[in-house]
Amino acid sequence: MTFPSNVSPHACRAGFGAWTRRLIAAGIFAVAVIVGTAGASRAAVFNPRTFTLANGLQVVVIESHRLPVVRQIVFYRVGASDDPPGKSGLAHYLEHLMFKGTKVMAPGEFSKVVARNGGRDNAFTSADTTAYYQTVSRDRLELVMRMEADRMANLTIAPEEAVPESKVVVEERRSRVDNRPAAQLDEHVAAALFMNHPYRVPIIGWQHELEKLTVEDARAFYKQHYAPNNAILVIAGDVTVDEVRPLAEKYYGVIPANPSIRPRVRLAEPPQHAARRVTMRSDRVREPRFARDYLAPSHSTGETAHAYALELLSVITGGGATSRLYRSMVIEKKIALGVDTYYDADQFGPAVFGFALRPREGTGLDVAEAALDTEIRSLLEKGVTAEELAAAKKRMLASAIFARDSLRRGAVSIGVALTTGQTIEDVESWPERISAVTLEQVNAAARYVLRPERSVTSLLLPDDPGARARDSRRERSLTGRAPKEQNR
Amino acid sequence: MMMSCMGRWCARACGVLVLVMGLGHGASAIEIKEVKTPKGLTAWLIEDKTVPLVSMEFAFRGGSALDPQDKDGVAELVSGLLDEGAGDLPSARFQRRLEDNSISLGFRTSLDSFGGTLRTLTENRDLAFSLLQLALTRPRFDAEPVARMKSQVMAQIAREAERARNVARSRWYKEVFGSHPYGRDVDGQARTIGKITPDDLRNFVQGRFARNNLIIGVVGDITEAELVPLLDRTFGALPEEATSFRVPDVTVRNADKVIVVPRKIPQTVVVFGQKGLPITDPDYYAATVMNYIMGGGGLTSRLADEVREKRGLAYSVYTRIVNYDRADVILGWVATQNAKVAESLKLIRAEWARMASTPVSQSELDDAKNYLTGSYFTRLNSTGRIASLLVGLQLDNLGMDYIQRRNKLIAAVTVADVQRVARRLLQPEALTVVMVGSPKGVTATP
Repeated sequence: MTFPSNVSPHACRAGFGAWTRRLIAAGIFAVAVIVGTAGASRAAVFNPRTFTLANGLQVVVIESHRLPVVRQIVFYRVGASDDPPGKSGLAHYLEHLMFKGTKVMAPGEFSKVVARNGGRDNAFTSADTTAYYQTVSRDRLELVMRMEADRMANLTIAPEEAVPESKVVVEERRSRVDNRPAAQLDEHVAAALFMNHPYRVPIIGWQHELEKLTVEDARAFYKQHYAPNNAILVIAGDVTVDEVRPLAEKYYGVIPANPSIRPRVRLAEPPQHAARRVTMRSDRVREPRFARDYLAPSHSTGETAHAYALELLSVITGGGATSRLYRSMVIEKKIALGVDTYYDADQFGPAVFGFALRPREGTGLDVAEAALDTEIRSLLEKGVTAEELAAAKKRMLASAIFARDSLRRGAVSIGVALTTGQTIEDVESWPERISAVTLEQVNAAARYVLRPERSVTSLLLPDDPGARARDSRRERSLTGRAPKEQNR
Repeated sequence: MMMSCMGRWCARACGVLVLVMGLGHGASAIEIKEVKTPKGLTAWLIEDKTVPLVSMEFAFRGGSALDPQDKDGVAELVSGLLDEGAGDLPSARFQRRLEDNSISLGFRTSLDSFGGTLRTLTENRDLAFSLLQLALTRPRFDAEPVARMKSQVMAQIAREAERARNVARSRWYKEVFGSHPYGRDVDGQARTIGKITPDDLRNFVQGRFARNNLIIGVVGDITEAELVPLLDRTFGALPEEATSFRVPDVTVRNADKVIVVPRKIPQTVVVFGQKGLPITDPDYYAATVMNYIMGGGGLTSRLADEVREKRGLAYSVYTRIVNYDRADVILGWVATQNAKVAESLKLIRAEWARMASTPVSQSELDDAKNYLTGSYFTRLNSTGRIASLLVGLQLDNLGMDYIQRRNKLIAAVTVADVQRVARRLLQPEALTVVMVGSPKGVTATP
């Protein structure tokens, strides 16, 4: 909730959002850094220490003594994809309401106390995770642990607070989605790509459902999901595990476990057989964009053995100015101004492997699409080279070192891993596993994922007279592609 | 501040400042060193071995506000092209060298300065600084990358026109600064960018990158003795002095204006503001406290309380004091559905008036001071962020002791100070307001 609160976009929505002038620059970070989050190993990336309280709360401590500052993050194993049917946006709405008071704290007091102690706080909701965090000087750690533990168990939701907050969330939706054509299209892409899995529903929720969320809905969701045995407490910064343990026992250890918490079971994707196509025209669009999203395994769902290879494949194809697609489509063929490959394997459910590109002025999206298809065909036929793989590995291993630079990165990487079905060992051994990926595995992963029948092609176009007629002619001429009516 | 003599460059007497940070017994210290090199360069350094990497931020005074009218966009274009080939390395090979060694090198321009970032693993430090040296002194500006970057800048301009927030901000600056370079909008750039020649780019590099307008901040795994020769090798060959420049003075005149830029979107994005005050003004810290209480303090500000918390009219509403070399403004943002945006604006004007008419409470004052003094460090969560702070302090000529001085100045602010500066600055009847959307119940100034 908070300001500026932060709904982490699910990977499938990263397509258009992350673009900068040098797409590639965004590409490097979007790929290598996301990947790097899962970070480094035998040299062990974050070197976390962990213990579990009797009530099931897992505690992780990442020491970093650069500054006398600590960051606390509590992650819950619940996110937007746990919203009950018809109540989309509930997990995120509750995240906002978590700042509205407890039995001992007035509405809004949480953030006020943090601020008056020189700290910063916020929260985010993703499809799989909800997290709350504060950054404070080390002598204020006990204060924020006491307050965060308090709202894990004692939240009160007053209707006079909840009603205006639901309007805030609707305004947040307008800012993030309704005012932005690319974000509107992303919602259609997700709904088309995921036929059954709840990733098809936006994290922030559909407006007509959001407006009907009630205090009772929020209370029930809180009661069902917020408990120490469904949470991970991460403390990063200038503190030791021996200092954290007694504080964790004192404040979090007294909260009873919720015996009805069960491992999450999500609706699964059925086999997919038809390529889908989504086109959006809007007079608000000034620059056309093209994307292709493929359903892909993550570290937790599907053929997970491909996940590390796919992380490498995304760097090889679209990670930076030396990547295949940038070199070929931007520099040599001069078809695109920017290309990007995105893949985030840290999902509890399936992941998305995607390409996005912005065509050069005067180049039609059809030309850009044909060029991308040529690249994909060549990739599938000839595979990536040993040199490409070696360079990508080197960069990714370095990214695991850079990941240690910020307090936030390690805490978020471990929290996200633990709330998406992975372990600390997975995070810490990430560099070794990346190093172990072979050329054959990368090429096998490419062949496994890059299949038209499991893809959505999306086009974002400026509106102009007569365009719809040309569209329909082109749709007919593109053999083997489903017209957009076939989305559902 | 204490002086110390370290390493072989000690004849130059390096200033050292030990910062005691944190609150109460959590305090500990980090050390900023002022490093001087034989070639006359100065850098601020924080040695930190937490992670084997080095972050350097640097800036040349003089930014895009110096672009000639008919070459508007030249600074932006140079910022995109310095890493697109230099010395004997054409674009692809230069980029390959960076990426294969995980070196992040980037440039950006603001109105008043031209900045850069270098981040590298310790093991690639020498190479990283060499590539930067090439980029700054021998950029190639080959035809292919120049054409590509021009297209990318044009596309970026188009993309920014999609975002209501960018449109509102740009229109506000145009309204307030008129024909002054601070008021130029991207449409002007779109007309001139195609005309910029490789000679223009080379002249920019030769005239603007010099030792006398260079500011450097370094944080990470590097000692003073290691840094000094690297700095001289990287920046030492730059000319002694940049071409002299001066952005013309400009006066921000407060005026009661409402401008509506029609867009078919469900939520109107609003930028509002008026004249601010410079960081050298004796009342700057009182204004900082005032701004925090009114609109600077996230969810805890008065504006957030009235507009967001009580009524759910917006997801975000905030104000900032923004300082440029030649002008200062206080600016705010809000976004509200079209039908209710007039209500948000009315509430904002009321808070603007209340701040000037009624003293803040002691607890508001104390909370603001505690946040502003205590939070200075909690945002420094990476070497890059710390290096940026070191550059920012030098750009504003604030001196190494500023961090401690600042906290004392903030702690000294009284309720009366806040009200005095609010009366002086805040004129709710003379706000310049730009709305982008389809606002209802709003009358635009003819």
